[in-house]
Amino acid sequence: MSTTIVTARREFDDSFTIERALATGAYEGLKKALAMTPEAVCAEVDAASLLGRGGAGFPAGRKWSMLRKNPTTYLVINGDESEPATFKDHYLIERDPHQLVEGVIIAAYALQVTQAFIFIRGEFALGLERVTQAINEAYAHGALGRNIFGSGFSLDLVVHPGAGAYICGEETALLESLEGKRGFPRIKPPFFPAAIGLYGEPTVVNNVETVSNLPWIVSNGGAAFAALGEGRSTGTRLFALSGDVERPGVFEVEMVKSTFRDLIERPELGGGVRGGKAVKAIIPGGVSAPWFFPEDLDTPLGQDEVAAKNSMLGSGSIVVMDETRCMVRAAWRITKFFSRESCGQCTPCREGSGWLERVLYRLEHGGGRMEDVDLLLDLCDNIAPGLTWPPQQTTICVLGPSIPSSIHSAISRFREEFIAHVHDGGCRHGR
Amino acid sequence: MADDATPVTIRFTLDGREVEANKGEMLIAAAERSGTYIPRFCYHPRMEPVGVCRMCLVEVEGPRGTTLMPSCYIAPAEGMVVRTDSEKVKKAQDGVLEFLLANHPLDCPVCDKGGECPLQDQTLAYGPGESRFIEEKRHFEKPVPISDLVLLDRERCIQCSRCTRFAAEVAGEAQIAFAGRGDLVEVAPFPTEPFTSHFSGNTVQICPVGALTAKPYRFAARPWDIDQAESTCTGCSVGCRVAVQSSQDRLTRVLGVDGEVSHGWLCDKGRFGFEAVTGAHDADSEPGRVTTPMLKKNGELVPVTWSEALSAAAAALSAAGTSVGVIGGAQFTNEGAYAWAKLAKGVIGTDSVDAQLDDGLPASLVFGLPAATILDLDTASAILTITGDLSEELPVLFLRLREAAHRGTPIIQIHQHPDSVTAIAHSALAVRSGDTDAVVRMLCGDDAQAAQLRNHPEGLSFDPAALEAAKAALPQGGKGLVVIVGRENLAEDGTLTAAAAKRIAGAFPEATFLVGLRRANVRGALDLGLTPGFLPGRVTLAEGQSGYAGTWSTTPSTTGLSTVEQLGALATGAAAAPSVLVLLGADPLTDLRDGALATAGLAKANTTIVVSGHHTATTAMADIVLPVTVANERTGTTTNVEGRVSVLAPAVAAPGQSWADWTIAAALADALGADLGLETVDAFAAEIAALAPSHRGLSAQLLASASGDGVVVPVGSSPIHGAQPLDPTAFPGVKAVPARPLGTEEASVLEGAPATGGAALLSTIPEAVSVPGPDGYALRLTVQRRLYDGGATVTNAPSLAPLVDGATVRVHPSALDRLGVASGTVVRLRSAAAHLDVPAVSDKTVTKGTAVLSFNHGTAEHAGNAAASLIDAAAVVTDVRMETR
Repeated sequence: MSTTIVTARREFDDSFTIERALATGAYEGLKKALAMTPEAVCAEVDAASLLGRGGAGFPAGRKWSMLRKNPTTYLVINGDESEPATFKDHYLIERDPHQLVEGVIIAAYALQVTQAFIFIRGEFALGLERVTQAINEAYAHGALGRNIFGSGFSLDLVVHPGAGAYICGEETALLESLEGKRGFPRIKPPFFPAAIGLYGEPTVVNNVETVSNLPWIVSNGGAAFAALGEGRSTGTRLFALSGDVERPGVFEVEMVKSTFRDLIERPELGGGVRGGKAVKAIIPGGVSAPWFFPEDLDTPLGQDEVAAKNSMLGSGSIVVMDETRCMVRAAWRITKFFSRESCGQCTPCREGSGWLERVLYRLEHGGGRMEDVDLLLDLCDNIAPGLTWPPQQTTICVLGPSIPSSIHSAISRFREEFIAHVHDGGCRHGR
Repeated sequence: MADDATPVTIRFTLDGREVEANKGEMLIAAAERSGTYIPRFCYHPRMEPVGVCRMCLVEVEGPRGTTLMPSCYIAPAEGMVVRTDSEKVKKAQDGVLEFLLANHPLDCPVCDKGGECPLQDQTLAYGPGESRFIEEKRHFEKPVPISDLVLLDRERCIQCSRCTRFAAEVAGEAQIAFAGRGDLVEVAPFPTEPFTSHFSGNTVQICPVGALTAKPYRFAARPWDIDQAESTCTGCSVGCRVAVQSSQDRLTRVLGVDGEVSHGWLCDKGRFGFEAVTGAHDADSEPGRVTTPMLKKNGELVPVTWSEALSAAAAALSAAGTSVGVIGGAQFTNEGAYAWAKLAKGVIGTDSVDAQLDDGLPASLVFGLPAATILDLDTASAILTITGDLSEELPVLFLRLREAAHRGTPIIQIHQHPDSVTAIAHSALAVRSGDTDAVVRMLCGDDAQAAQLRNHPEGLSFDPAALEAAKAALPQGGKGLVVIVGRENLAEDGTLTAAAAKRIAGAFPEATFLVGLRRANVRGALDLGLTPGFLPGRVTLAEGQSGYAGTWSTTPSTTGLSTVEQLGALATGAAAAPSVLVLLGADPLTDLRDGALATAGLAKANTTIVVSGHHTATTAMADIVLPVTVANERTGTTTNVEGRVSVLAPAVAAPGQSWADWTIAAALADALGADLGLETVDAFAAEIAALAPSHRGLSAQLLASASGDGVVVPVGSSPIHGAQPLDPTAFPGVKAVPARPLGTEEASVLEGAPATGGAALLSTIPEAVSVPGPDGYALRLTVQRRLYDGGATVTNAPSLAPLVDGATVRVHPSALDRLGVASGTVVRLRSAAAHLDVPAVSDKTVTKGTAVLSFNHGTAEHAGNAAASLIDAAAVVTDVRMETR
């Protein structure tokens, strides 16, 4: 329970400084990695069976092994965390930039990549400042640049601030943006940037939290990491807990060993639902995920365990909605976000998100019609045919099929609440 | 490349039947070939797929059940099972259309696209009957001009990205792009970078809704009130396929038609130049057409009848005997060119006939070089260009060149000023005027010239590494090499370019050539005898004489004078000077590169007869003016830059008393007491096919079988592909015409062949031209054409006329520093011939030691063709000294 990997420095207010980082073992993992062969580092990551922490949960070791052999390859770190209620990478970027930089260098060494980029959400002004500072310090320290720590391995690392679009967290849109273009997701195939990525070259895109685990994995061994958690979900995970809880925040929890209830209720974690109210609904893994309800509270915090209940652990953001929350409003707010952030490329997402948002707005603010409820579901069906999980899609990227999740969850469970909004000419609670 | 050349057939199941796809072909195209049309908006057969509109979703069976996939982006795999008609597909199509219509205004009754709109048509065929969208639609200010020619209605836009992709991918000018997010995404030009593309009209044509409209067509007509003629654009010599549309006998619109030459694209001059024919639909003034014959009486041109004008012309010609010079004809039809050649050479007996105004290349070079076709660019191993700016002179040929570059074909460019080709070139070699042949020698491995180029006071004009890269990219022996050669610089003698081209032909014997002459039918005029020393069919006077003996009453025995020689003889009062000048659509006072020579020569002719469709500077001083039909009023054929003959169709009646070019020749022959023996355009075409060796076998049926793509002469030298099915959404607005199957007479077609051998023709081109050394105080002048110039088409088209720039001289910043003046200052250029005051523009891309002027642009003090005032046609190159005023 108390195992901490990526938040090991959380007790220090100056955790972001190189002095504190070095005093607490920073770059020791890197030094150990540099003494190993790149293949041996990859083998440790494979042994750790580290799942990607960006949302899709793809095994990092497998992603690395798919990198096409090529004279030029790139490593790109996705730090564009922009989804509402998701803020665990934000924490790592601001609080432990050296751990992130060290992780990037280890990954680059394992992949034998000599140019890496960290794409950080533009709104993270402090995080950008601290990562930039950390990179400069790492260069001065000999951990970046030519001949790192005398190992013969060289790496340049560049920070790229995002320009404010959520879609740039989608890895192919991120690559387009990094190339200086408009952040339009690329059409698939190719399905993985490991074949054709940045500037058309093979590229690995890893999440901030994923690589932040690497110094610990190298230092302690992949087996030690794999010993934590259960099944496919090894190690620990950061959860961004928010909504109606007493202690919202970022918590590192061993995978599978705790449940949603633990996270929400334990005093050292969420501390319970605010005001002692009852849970009405939970967003278990970011606003793209289908919702959980009180009967799902004992689901373990593991990738497959959540998937078995037709949702996802996704980006590790958990939002608790108590019994007083308006479900129409919740669905409207989430849909409004997606409609503003749709890149505008694919018709169903561009037009569908805006239409859904307007219908939900009417329901919430007055002007709803009885037929709107089924209209919402049918429009959702036209974006994600069948409304299954995982969703089918009519769009290039997964932003489109993410839109129906909240609407479908809310209507399936609380249809009468929608109907009441029609009868009442809007929301009675406004909350 | 090798993979694409060998088609591999892939078999897959489409709606329960087995069909075949070619390797690399997308599902949507393979389905269409097999007869299954999949609806689409963003997909365009001439652009890369992007898969954004999602209209073309089909159901594909996979290991995890069926999934919806965009058929524009999926290449069929062996054994793939695809459904385009399942309930799931229909719901997806219904859904996409309902989404597209959510924010789309239903203003079809007032929308120019209404009636020819892919959104309208596909909604009817595949969409929901009604919309469930009751919300307020998105609103934008409408319409907003995004260029001088194009307006944007963002409310109608369906974000298919056809226009932005055309701009970036096809034209290579990403001057419009998406801005905003979600359903507020809009197409927009850049605030700092205007949408000035020469190809902007294509974005309007391929727009699948009424979001983009072009100024010359807005509210001009409705699609169902429009008549259409399929024809060939005669704006330049590329020969783009066009659908010319008219309403109530006024031209309303010119659209590109997909074909193997132009791929459906047009330049804006070709698209909007029709305003010069029947005027802009909303303009008060009529275009400056000559509508009646005119005769100079008491020093003033007055309208007369045709019979009076013809009598006067015949009287002058009879009095002159063979002392007649004929200049022009490059804007005529093939039949007109032949008729005038027959009149001049076969009736009057003069060989002083020249379709070129000293701005082209010698006919013996044009005929003597091994010919390439535009299609050869698709398979070329390398392309070498020695021309002026192709995007200005032969715009759609430039687009074809971009396609080749996109495919990875190395383009080697020798240029006198960097241009749009430079941007896509594998290696570009800048040369100063006069140095082209020296650089060609270096390219061929002769380094003797290097020292001379290096010793120029301003240093070597190009990077030696680029020369090495170019050498390496040129294939051994020229196998697969296509050379595009044109007049690089109108301030230097054309023999410089001719000698360089001849040298390349010698060093790369397997190379083929496109001779980039610019005027619409200059190639047809040369082919059909409007050039000294040749009879119709690319034969010399001596070799052709016997072939024409039976039909023509005479043929000239000695080579006559070129345009410059005629005018020179007139100006100097030489005995050889023609007494009567006949100008066939030519306007030497504006268009001859030596302005002083044109003025002096024309002033000395006893009688000047001008056949013209428009009033020009030259018609104003003529003795007799005969009105002729122009583009889109004519029946006949035209010949493009490849030697491809294609059909011209009339879309409107000619104004007033204009006659066809061949009619005037026949009537004039009649007035002279002779008879051309031919009374219809078909009869002229038939005589050409019978007598002109290069055109043997070119029958009307054969042309019809080529379905608008035309036939490269000699017949048999290039395959005829015939009709392609028309994709109704690819180039909306073009009315479908019944596809004509390939002619059945193909097997019996006579093989044509040039009667005069290439080597013999090339032997008349000089091996080398001596160029004076650089003058350390002077700049060597490079003068090039621009798309929008002072010519009759642009100045008479209200939408295009404002796009003509004033003349400026572009020089390297160091030249201005030396003079101590800032960019924009009016400087004085002094050549041996004259001086010109013109604003100087600092441009670091100009080669040091060079000054660049555009042709046929005016200055504040010199209206008309300012550059021509500096040029002496007798000089090999033009040196100018730049001074403060």
